Amino acid sequence: MPALARYIGKRLLWTLPTLLLVSVMVFFMVRLIPGDPVQLILGDQATPSEVAQLTRKLGLDQPIPVQFVLWLGQVAQGDLGNSITNGQPVLPLMLGRFQVTAVIVILAVGLATLIAVPAGLLAAWKQNGRLDIAVVAAATLLMSVPSFWLGLVLLLVFGLKLGWLPVVGFVPFTENFWSALTYIVLPVATLTLIEVGVLTRMVRASAIEVLRLEYVTHARAKGLSERQVLLRHVMPNAFAPTWTMIGLVLGGLLGGAAVLETVFTLPGLGRLLVDAIFARDYPVVQGCLLFTALLYVLVNLIVDLCYPLFDPRVTAS
Amino acid sequence: MKRPAPNLLIGGTLVTVVLAMAATALFWTPYDPMALNLRARTLPPSELYWLGTDEFGRDVVSRLLLGASQSLTVAIFTVLLAVAVGTILGLISGYVRGITDRILMVVSDAVLAFPGTLLALGLMVIMGPNTMGIILALGIAYTPSVLRIVRGSVLSAREREYVEASRAIGNSEFYTMIRHVLPNCVAPVVVLATSMFGWVVLAESGLSFLGLGVPPPAPTWGNMLSAARPYLERAPWLGLAPGLCIAFTLLGINLLGDALRDRLDPRMER
Repeated sequence: MPALARYIGKRLLWTLPTLLLVSVMVFFMVRLIPGDPVQLILGDQATPSEVAQLTRKLGLDQPIPVQFVLWLGQVAQGDLGNSITNGQPVLPLMLGRFQVTAVIVILAVGLATLIAVPAGLLAAWKQNGRLDIAVVAAATLLMSVPSFWLGLVLLLVFGLKLGWLPVVGFVPFTENFWSALTYIVLPVATLTLIEVGVLTRMVRASAIEVLRLEYVTHARAKGLSERQVLLRHVMPNAFAPTWTMIGLVLGGLLGGAAVLETVFTLPGLGRLLVDAIFARDYPVVQGCLLFTALLYVLVNLIVDLCYPLFDPRVTAS
Repeated sequence: MKRPAPNLLIGGTLVTVVLAMAATALFWTPYDPMALNLRARTLPPSELYWLGTDEFGRDVVSRLLLGASQSLTVAIFTVLLAVAVGTILGLISGYVRGITDRILMVVSDAVLAFPGTLLALGLMVIMGPNTMGIILALGIAYTPSVLRIVRGSVLSAREREYVEASRAIGNSEFYTMIRHVLPNCVAPVVVLATSMFGWVVLAESGLSFLGLGVPPPAPTWGNMLSAARPYLERAPWLGLAPGLCIAFTLLGINLLGDALRDRLDPRMER
C-alpha cells in the first residue's frame, strides 16, 4: 500500500515543525512570566553570590537561543527539571498525576461515544421527527451545562443528600479497586454527560449529510433493510468527522480537566498545573504545558493516522 | 414570511434576558453586591433576598446581575478582539499571500496546536488574573480560528470575476478588498463569532472558578460557584443559581448559533 505509506509518512513529517513550534512557544511563555525564577527558588534571603551561582547553574546567564537549545536537549532526555515547591523531578510527578486524569477521561469519552453514535444515528434517521427533536434538545441542553456545575449538582445529590458515593478524595486503583471505582463514578458520569451532547450533535449532523447521498438511496433501492443501510452504509461514513471530534475532545481533556478535578478534588494533571501556577512553580508549569501540548498533538496525529480505516479516500488525495 | 424557528425564538429570548440582566446591573441592583452583612450570612431565599445571601451576607441576586455584566463584558470584548484581529490578519494573509501568509499560518498553527483552555491558562499566568488579562488571553487563543476562516473565504473570493473586474476598472487593492472581498467573510465569521461567544463565557467562568479569572470580591458566575463549593450542603442555592445562569446563557447562545447557521449556511438548508 504505497499510498497509505505516503500518507502516514507525510503526516508524520508534518508533525515535526508543529512539535518544534510548540516547544518554542512553551519556552517563551514561561520566560514571559513576571518575576525572576532564581529569586523565586532561593527566596528573599539569598545573597548575591548565591543568586549568581544558581543563575549560572540554570544556564540563565546564557543568551536566549542558547538557553532554548540547552533546554530542548534536556527535554529530549526526559529531564524537565525539579519542582520548586517540593524538589521532586517534574516528569515522574506529571506521569503520576496523568494516570488519574487518563483513567477518567478515557472512560468518559469512550462511554460518551457509545451513547452518542446510536443516538445521533437514530436522530438523523428520523430527522425532524419527535425522537430527533428530543435527542437534539437533550444534546443541546447537555452541551450548555458547564461541567463544574453539573459536577457540583451530582455531588450534592449522590454524595451529600443520598450519601451513595464519597464526596472528597481519591483512592488509586492499585490500592483498592472497588473503593477507587466509587471515587471516579461521579467525575466520569459528569464528563460523559457533557461530551455526549457535543458528540451526538456531531454524529447526527454528519449522518444527515450522508443520508442524502445517492448511494444510500441506491442501497435502499437494492432492498436492504433500514438497519443494514444505517449500520453498513451510513455509519462508517458518518463516523469520520466524529472521529476527528473525539480526537480533539480527548486531546484537550487528557491534558487535564482542571475544572472537573477541582470539583471532585482529584489529584490529576490539570490540578497539578493550576496549583503550580498559584505556587509560581515554573518548572512544573513549563512541564505541564509542554506535556499537555505534546499529548494534544500526538492524539490528533493518531486520530489522523487512523482516518484511512474509516475513509480510504484520504490516502488517495 | 416564515414562522421563526423555535431555536431562534428560545435562543433569542434567553440571550435577551441575560443582556437585560447585565444592563440592569449597570444602573440598579436590589442591594449593594459588594456590601458585607455579617448578620445575614447564608440566608435561604426569602421575600427580602429572593435567592438568599452568600457566606458574607451579600445578596445573591445582586451579585448574579453584576456577574452577568462581568461575564458579558469579557465575552463581548474577547470576541471583538478575536474577530477584529483575525479578520484583518486573515484579509492580509489571503490577499497578500507569499511570505506574509506563510508566517501568519505557521504562527496560527502553533497557537491551534494547544487546546484552547490550556493556552488561555498559560497566557493568564503571564497576564495575571484580571479582566484585561482574560480578554487578552482568550482573545489570542481564539484569533487563529477567525484568521483561518477569513483567509479561506478570501482565497476563494479573490479569483472571482467580480473581484478581477473591480481591479480592472482601476479600483485600488484596498478598496477592492473592503468592498468586494470582505463581505464574503461576513456570514461564516458571524456564525463562528456566535459560538465563540459561548466558548468565552464558558472559559471565563471556568478560569474564574479555578481562581485564575476575575479576582474577588468582584462577582462572576464562575467565582461565585467556586466560593459556594464549601457551602454545598448548607446553602445549595449559592451553587445552583450561578450555574443555572451560565447554563441558560450557553443554551441561548447555542440555540441562536444553530438558528444562524441554518439561515446563513446554504448547505444546511432543508
